[in-house]
Amino acid sequence: MTATPILELRGIDKSFGPVQVLHDVAFSVYPGEVTALVGDNGAGKSTLVKCIGGIHPIDAGEYFIEGEPVHVHSPRDAAGYGVEIVYQDLALCDNLDIVQNMFLGRERKSGLVLDEATMEEMAAKTLDGLSVRTVQSIRQLVSSLSGGQRQTVAIAKAVLWNSKIVILDEPTAALGVAQTAQVLELVRRLADNGLAVVLISHNMNDVFAVSDRIAALYLGRMAAQLKTSDITHAQIVELITSGRSGDLGLQNGNGAKA
Amino acid sequence: MTAQDSATGAAAGPAAQMPPRAGLAGWSARIARMSETWTLAILLVLVAFFSIAAPGKFFTTYDITQIAVNAAIYLVLGVGMTFVIITAGIDLSIGSILVLAAVASGEYNIHHGGAASGWGTVAVCVLIALAVGTAWGALQGALVATGKIPALIVTLGGLGAALGLAEIATGGQDPAGAASDHLQSSLGYGKLLGVPWLVVLAAAVTVVFGLVLAGTRFGNYTFAIGSNPAAARRAGIGVGRHLVKVYALMGLLAGLGSVMWLSSYGTTSIAGHSTDNLKVITAVVLGGTSLFGGRGSVLGTVIGVFIPAVLTTGLIVIGVQQYWQDVAVGAVLVAAVYIDQMRRQSRERG
Ligand SMILES: Nc1ncnc2c1ncn2[C@@H]1O[C@H](COP(=O)(O)OP(=O)(O)OP(=O)(O)O)[C@@H](O)[C@H]1O
Ligand SMILES: [Mg+2]
Repeated sequence: MTATPILELRGIDKSFGPVQVLHDVAFSVYPGEVTALVGDNGAGKSTLVKCIGGIHPIDAGEYFIEGEPVHVHSPRDAAGYGVEIVYQDLALCDNLDIVQNMFLGRERKSGLVLDEATMEEMAAKTLDGLSVRTVQSIRQLVSSLSGGQRQTVAIAKAVLWNSKIVILDEPTAALGVAQTAQVLELVRRLADNGLAVVLISHNMNDVFAVSDRIAALYLGRMAAQLKTSDITHAQIVELITSGRSGDLGLQNGNGAKA
Repeated sequence: MTAQDSATGAAAGPAAQMPPRAGLAGWSARIARMSETWTLAILLVLVAFFSIAAPGKFFTTYDITQIAVNAAIYLVLGVGMTFVIITAGIDLSIGSILVLAAVASGEYNIHHGGAASGWGTVAVCVLIALAVGTAWGALQGALVATGKIPALIVTLGGLGAALGLAEIATGGQDPAGAASDHLQSSLGYGKLLGVPWLVVLAAAVTVVFGLVLAGTRFGNYTFAIGSNPAAARRAGIGVGRHLVKVYALMGLLAGLGSVMWLSSYGTTSIAGHSTDNLKVITAVVLGGTSLFGGRGSVLGTVIGVFIPAVLTTGLIVIGVQQYWQDVAVGAVLVAAVYIDQMRRQSRERG
């Protein structure tokens, strides 16, 4: 580990009432890399992401951005540190158009009214920058878009803000083969442009295709964080299903790091 | 992306053939998806019908003025209700808020000169009416914002409680001297360049809040909350705070409605506002605002307010018993909601 992680979490605990969902989780993310976050259903991936995004307050633990300790209590705080999240359920407003969705909560104003022209221009530029050519009009309502197009809009929304860390929660789960390939290509391009990308996926082929690092959660504990090149498909599957694989994983009850 | 794209492209009409983000395509798509378009058609058909059925009698300056004055208060209430319904909420209490605000300002007026009270008293009365309406609305908004009680119930409770307070304060009788003569002769009967002040005021409120809804952050948040509150929250929007503001705005406009009512009729009419909510909700829904939230416009509400107003006057002019208007408005309302449902379903399928 030479470079400082742009985002680092240490000792994160999170409970919902009596149910503890995250136990002492450590997690690091590096610029220019795709970090895959894997784990079985209910392992706590989405919960971890929501803690990072300021949706859920953390019960305990430390949060560092570029090595500096920070406190994130709201989505705005997270956005302020350059953290953008594309949630599993996307969270787009169907009745708003693409531009309105991309700027939701951060609208540009000129005087009292919205600066539609500037917002249209920025949205178009961002979509072009992602080589997105599949939407007909950026004034289309989101309800009229296909699954892949919605995913694209959600990703474009996340990168519109000169963000440094983009987290994608199962962006390809509902997509067909061609659209999945497009989204993965987009994910790779974001990292190649210097962003830190976190990709949550259940598809190991996708994970091995685009990731530089893999972090495996098992029942709310970080089983291992490794370079993708240092691990095999079979080992990852074992880490996901049993929390350990040979001398990797949770043998002594805490998240071993490689 | 072929089959799906061409399907959505067809729905977007001319936009499909245009290059991305052509301004014209954007606008034509926007107009095509405006639900006001067909409501406006109904209004125009009605006006045309009455103009032909009663040539020279309907659509006289007198009629238009009458229609506009009758519609003015409902329009002001309808503007507030448009915001509320776009958040996927409802406010049943508006008639009671109006009465409570009228009684509060009326009582002050009675104790400060009655009908002969001066301009200073008028100003205080107006402020009291607006403050009472806003405070009541904000209180209801705060309860709705907790997410624990549906807006329907909060405002149903508010409907009873506000009316009850007004009745306690007055013993249930409309007090004499609730409005100053100054208020009545100016806002009530006065005209600006031949246009009644009530109409000017309603038009100003409509234009201002129409622009607020369509072109500001406040308007955007209103749509976003009605469309997907979770998404709005994740985008960092203070959903609860915004709901309080929206219901407070409704209350403010109900307070303004009470000032308009007092100036026009000179009395609090405690028993006369029990169906304001239904009339106003009907107008808003006729205007294409979706009861499911996320869609609607002030322009649509203007049209929706004028359909019953034109019907009433028109039926009187052509000599049909005006009770038929209730039948006609009821039928149009049910049809409007049916069409809204169909649009929703076809969008969800598409
Ligand atoms: N708001 C909440 N309140 C209570 N429990 C919750 C809440 N959110 C998540 N949980 C619980 O936390 C656990 C982890 O859920 P989470 O959604 O983080 O899993 P996940 O790893 O994202 O799973 P999947 O792969 O199915 O998306 C689950 O047992 C879930 O029931
Ligand atoms: Mg999940």
